[in-house]
Amino acid sequence: MPESVISVKNIKKNYGKKTVLNGIQFEVPKGSIFALLGENGAGKTTMVRILSTLIQADGGVATIGGYDTSRESASVKKLISLTGQYAAVDGLLTGEENLLMMGRLNHLDRQTVKKRTAELLEQFDLKDAAKKRAQSYSGGMRRRLDIAISLIADPKVIFLDEPTTGLDPRSRKNMWRMIQRLAENGVTIFLTTQYLEEADQLADKIAVISGGKIVEEGTAEELKRMVGEEKIEFTFADLPSCQKARDLFGGQMDVNERSVIMTTEGTPENMRRLLNALHEHGIEPVSFIFRKPTLDDVFMEITSDDKKGAVVSG
Amino acid sequence: MGETKWYWAILDGWTMSVRSLKHIFREAESLVMAIGLPVAIMIMFVYVFGGAIQTGTDYVNYVVPGVIITCVGFGSSIIALSVTQDMVSGLFERFRTMPLLPSSLMVGHVIGGFVRNVIATTVAILVAFLIGFQPDAGWLEWLGAAGVLTLFMLSISWVFVVFGLLVKSVEAANAITFPMLFLPYLSSAFVPTETMPSWLHAFAENQPMTPLIETLRGLLLGTPIGHNHWLMIAWFGGLLIVSMITATLLFKRRKSE
Repeated sequence: MPESVISVKNIKKNYGKKTVLNGIQFEVPKGSIFALLGENGAGKTTMVRILSTLIQADGGVATIGGYDTSRESASVKKLISLTGQYAAVDGLLTGEENLLMMGRLNHLDRQTVKKRTAELLEQFDLKDAAKKRAQSYSGGMRRRLDIAISLIADPKVIFLDEPTTGLDPRSRKNMWRMIQRLAENGVTIFLTTQYLEEADQLADKIAVISGGKIVEEGTAEELKRMVGEEKIEFTFADLPSCQKARDLFGGQMDVNERSVIMTTEGTPENMRRLLNALHEHGIEPVSFIFRKPTLDDVFMEITSDDKKGAVVSG
Repeated sequence: MGETKWYWAILDGWTMSVRSLKHIFREAESLVMAIGLPVAIMIMFVYVFGGAIQTGTDYVNYVVPGVIITCVGFGSSIIALSVTQDMVSGLFERFRTMPLLPSSLMVGHVIGGFVRNVIATTVAILVAFLIGFQPDAGWLEWLGAAGVLTLFMLSISWVFVVFGLLVKSVEAANAITFPMLFLPYLSSAFVPTETMPSWLHAFAENQPMTPLIETLRGLLLGTPIGHNHWLMIAWFGGLLIVSMITATLLFKRRKSE
């Protein structure tokens, strides 16, 4: 078992009466990529803000490299860097000037600042845009500059809060490749995301956060095994048909959408069997679709164990 | 250890000041506004309202100190916008995750604002000379006036840093600076306070802008200063200390939120 760089024990955080984090617990091994997966408002950003010393938890202990994030924040700050949801670059400065400024503020000596700036501009494919003001950059370029800035002082742990939200598919793929390269160099990466695919592509370990708790934790393979590979979703004209189909096949029922979602092999033979079964019981679906498992499926699957009755009775 | 900390604080302040200086010339609109507005106000007061206002002296001489104060106030208010901009853009957030002394970051904004102000004020004074401003001041008085303006600039700049940290959007920063910019009009800057209704007169006589303007007027034109300079130093010296402390606390405060 490799040593943990980030260790989180029973972290709690309330905003007024609202509980945002309710006993979060996880370990992140050195040099790995850890993804915190959850919907908007699940508490992902709050967790990142606690770990990056921006806010204090109301209970529990979080350490980075053995230092307590609230009592030894000065030592923690030397190990980490944070890239928030909004690219924190100075639009009036050029890409190069942004890097030089942050290098100096990280108290690196002049030669190191220059050397690192040149390296990072090259590494993040910003060499041609180095002398242009950051406000003229595209969304993807800004993100790249943002991450380059966060790497200038060689942090041991990097926090990436939704690094690809708002990026086009191509920039997203580039970003993934970049994150992988960072991890190969031994940096520990903690990222939050709302995309299962992203966590799947990048993370060694994924923790699913919902309602302020870690509801499931494991590798991408383990999580996907839970929800199955392909999904089929039947939609019906009325609720009774929907109910009947659910009794017939099992799976998840979505009352609002009048649909039944289940795992399927996706073969034509399997398909014919399902449609025949519906026909024999006099239930005609309005439509059906095949799709990959989504984060919703993970949640449905995870929460269904203890809430099955509630979901079915609607 | 204490020494190293100060060394870095000064260096960080310098780094941030260089950044703000670059901003001055790259944010052309701000600079043009900072220079253009006071000049426009001066021309308007001298040529449009001036003929109707009786001050016992040449109106251009009476109004120039007031215009300079308005100019400095406006120039400094831009600081609130840039501080808020840094906050909403996430730049301050990143700084807070770095081992830095928070005040050194805000020093950059204050120094940047200071330089912009010096440029704008110099232009305003030059224009004043062009339209007939005839001060009665030797180099010592000019030096005194520069000192008075420096104290005013610094204290008002820190007040605007506090404003910038308090609000949550750039629009709000814009709105919150407005009452401050209005203060010179409710003082002896443009008209003698005796001409105001009694309730307003009482306010105008006792607000910080009046001793500031009377001190400046005294230095540049030789009108009696009385104890206005002490009042001015007390007001703005106090404001400087209070707002610096408040700004540092505000910057750190967000930790527990």
